[in-house]
Amino acid sequence: MLYAPLPMHIPDGFLSVAVSVVLWVLTVIAVAISLRRVSADLDERRVPMMGVLAAAIFAGQMLNFTVAGGTSGHLMGAALATILLGPWAAILVMTTVVGVQALVFQDGGLLALGGNIFNMGVIGVLVSYTVYRAVQKVAGGQKWGLYVGGFSAAWLSIFIAALAVGLQLALSGISPANIAIPAMAGIHALIGVGEGLITVGALVFIYASRRDLIEAGEKQQTGGAIVWFAGLAIAIALAIASPLASSNPDGLEWVAEEKGFLDAAQGPLYEIIPDYVFPGVSNEAVATIIAGIIGVVIVFGVAAGVAYSRKKRLTA
Amino acid sequence: MHHSIEVDDLYFAYPDGRKALQGVSLHIEPCEKVALVGPNGAGKSTLILHLNGILIGKGLICVAGLPVIKSNLGKVRARVGLVFQNPDDQLFSPTVYEDVAYGPLYQGLPPDEVQNRVSEALETVRMADYSRRVSHHLSVGEKKRIAIATVLSMKPEVLVLDEPTAGMDPRARRSLINLLRDLPITMLVSTHDMLMVRELFERMVIMDDGRIVADGQTEVIMKDEALLNAHGLEKP
Amino acid sequence: MHIHFLDPYHHRISLVHSLDARVKFVLTIAFILTTALTPHAAWPVYILLFATILAATLLSELGIGFVLGRAALAFPFVLAALPVIFTLPGPALTSFSIGDWTLTVSQSGLERFISVALKSWISVQAAIVLASSTPFPDLMMAMRAVGVPRLLVAIFGLMWRYLFVLADEALRLLRARAARSGQADQPGLKNGGSVTWRARIAGGMAGNLFLRGFERSDRIYMAMVARGYDGEVRVAPLPPLHAGSWLALGSGLAVLAILLGLAYWL
Repeated sequence: MLYAPLPMHIPDGFLSVAVSVVLWVLTVIAVAISLRRVSADLDERRVPMMGVLAAAIFAGQMLNFTVAGGTSGHLMGAALATILLGPWAAILVMTTVVGVQALVFQDGGLLALGGNIFNMGVIGVLVSYTVYRAVQKVAGGQKWGLYVGGFSAAWLSIFIAALAVGLQLALSGISPANIAIPAMAGIHALIGVGEGLITVGALVFIYASRRDLIEAGEKQQTGGAIVWFAGLAIAIALAIASPLASSNPDGLEWVAEEKGFLDAAQGPLYEIIPDYVFPGVSNEAVATIIAGIIGVVIVFGVAAGVAYSRKKRLTA
Repeated sequence: MHHSIEVDDLYFAYPDGRKALQGVSLHIEPCEKVALVGPNGAGKSTLILHLNGILIGKGLICVAGLPVIKSNLGKVRARVGLVFQNPDDQLFSPTVYEDVAYGPLYQGLPPDEVQNRVSEALETVRMADYSRRVSHHLSVGEKKRIAIATVLSMKPEVLVLDEPTAGMDPRARRSLINLLRDLPITMLVSTHDMLMVRELFERMVIMDDGRIVADGQTEVIMKDEALLNAHGLEKP
Repeated sequence: MHIHFLDPYHHRISLVHSLDARVKFVLTIAFILTTALTPHAAWPVYILLFATILAATLLSELGIGFVLGRAALAFPFVLAALPVIFTLPGPALTSFSIGDWTLTVSQSGLERFISVALKSWISVQAAIVLASSTPFPDLMMAMRAVGVPRLLVAIFGLMWRYLFVLADEALRLLRARAARSGQADQPGLKNGGSVTWRARIAGGMAGNLFLRGFERSDRIYMAMVARGYDGEVRVAPLPPLHAGSWLALGSGLAVLAILLGLAYWL
């Protein structure tokens, strides 16, 4: 398959319900603010632009380059979108990209979609914005600011988002923090280099061909101090929390259990079933399997019956 | 001496099941220039993508004496210069120079050799002054010439062009036709431009519905109006 | 040469296809939520959840092989949960050593891993049935029905419209690059250039794609203005839900509630 996204789209089943819900709430807030800010801009040209650029980012994620040994680098695009469109439109564009990936292509889950949008769309964009703005300030409008800013924004957006994924998996009790976070961070520190190089390559091309687009993007960098600090806060919080969490995984586990982040452990399920359901069968495991098979047969029977009668009706 | 292009009994179907090529055979001699015509969807582009191993179907293809198989792809691609219909697909570097240098750089040639190849290729398409220009800012005709230069820099044995005159104004078209006439190289050109076919190519091949339905002297085929009409073509 | 085969929608005449997209959408989310809420190692409930989604697959006439095959694509991420087998405290099942390392498989760890893998696998099947039985415009209607703002839905719609156009462009860029990625006859040359050079080329291609996206969006904007667009996204009101759709929604939710009840109450 041509289309192979980053190993950053969390499928369903990996995040606990509590973590999913918290991330959905954060995502909804960020998207709502972005929608208001973009609507307030009153530039009607931007609706088709955001739609088409979301498609371009999706398609851009197909463009790969060989790294070594059969692996290849891909684009995520949060930094590129932020630099060209400003933070608000970029959040909406990334939301659309990640949303379509989940809804249509099953890259990432639907319940986990809040988390995936938050990681790639919100964290990716805000961190890119903070880094890019900071480098631009230092560069004072010189050309190197675009490239250094673009590279650092792209690298850090991937790296910080990966830390967030690791932390979320650990909070969900799926993977211990001292493994999940360093593993995600390590892999994505490398992937981030690819992201940085592709982003710079794209910026060089666009700067040479249509400098006005970069300058227009510059004008959209009007997130203001609050967005800048939000990005900074996220980056710092994750950069500090992650090593702490991974050096003290039991602590995180404790937080998770205490706060109810971990889903309830399994109840006394098998102890009860055999006696109630199949008095004659003593072996619990066998009883479980039989109960399951009966369930499957019933549900299947109904489904097959409906499908069959419908088919007959159609062909009749 | 080998043929430049040898295609024998080639079949290909797309993943959605559409049969694009149904037993195509075509032989082209070195330095021969052949036009490939036919309605949209006849399989011309599909055939062209096979010559370079981008698509691999069932059947035998040899290009410049090399069989087009997985293990040969690198060498095949250096021998066949494929010029795509839309030059924008081919020009993905910021400057003309970098685009023309892509092939030689990919092959790992030494820097002064790369430099020579680029200058020579740009010279050939009469765009020597353009090496520092930004591809995006050029006209369609200029972009097309640069796209041709990007494959000439690989010193291919065969040049394959997909609808080279599409969307060009008469002046750009004229200068492209002159350029193609002057290039001393084997050429297979897929096109709808029947006037160009009559002017430039002694031999023409008609494809329809995944098959070759006529292959012969342009002069003769162009007179057979019934044949042309049967395949959605018009006598110029 | 079109990349439409990426579109997972498969047209069939089936109950699942004819179900109102809003109902399907809500039921899919509810199903995935139920799966997520089911405790670890509640095996009988997993089997029932799987049976439910299998039944939906059967009713959708998409083919069980198609849905299961596509579901396998979601598996690589399961690696992320692998360590939990060894790290979760619990009764040891077995242990083995690699060099100086000794890994102990705990029962609770193994159970959690299998639970995560199963939940993930069951959930993705639901998402596949939804995407394969519902055309995208209907999904957009469902998004509007659950309260996604219309500006965002409009962006989704434009993205979908141009997704395949731009994916085709990306594919042609990749082909054009492949066509020029040759190998010289002189021996001893290092083929392919450096990694950073290749990354920059890929970046140039992305820049090219973006630029063409920008220019296309300008043309689209002008075409929209030519037909009276004034910056306001207007949409037709949603059609009302039929009684049958309400019934399907109600009974679907009831089944899920029963499954959830089984998972906790038993």
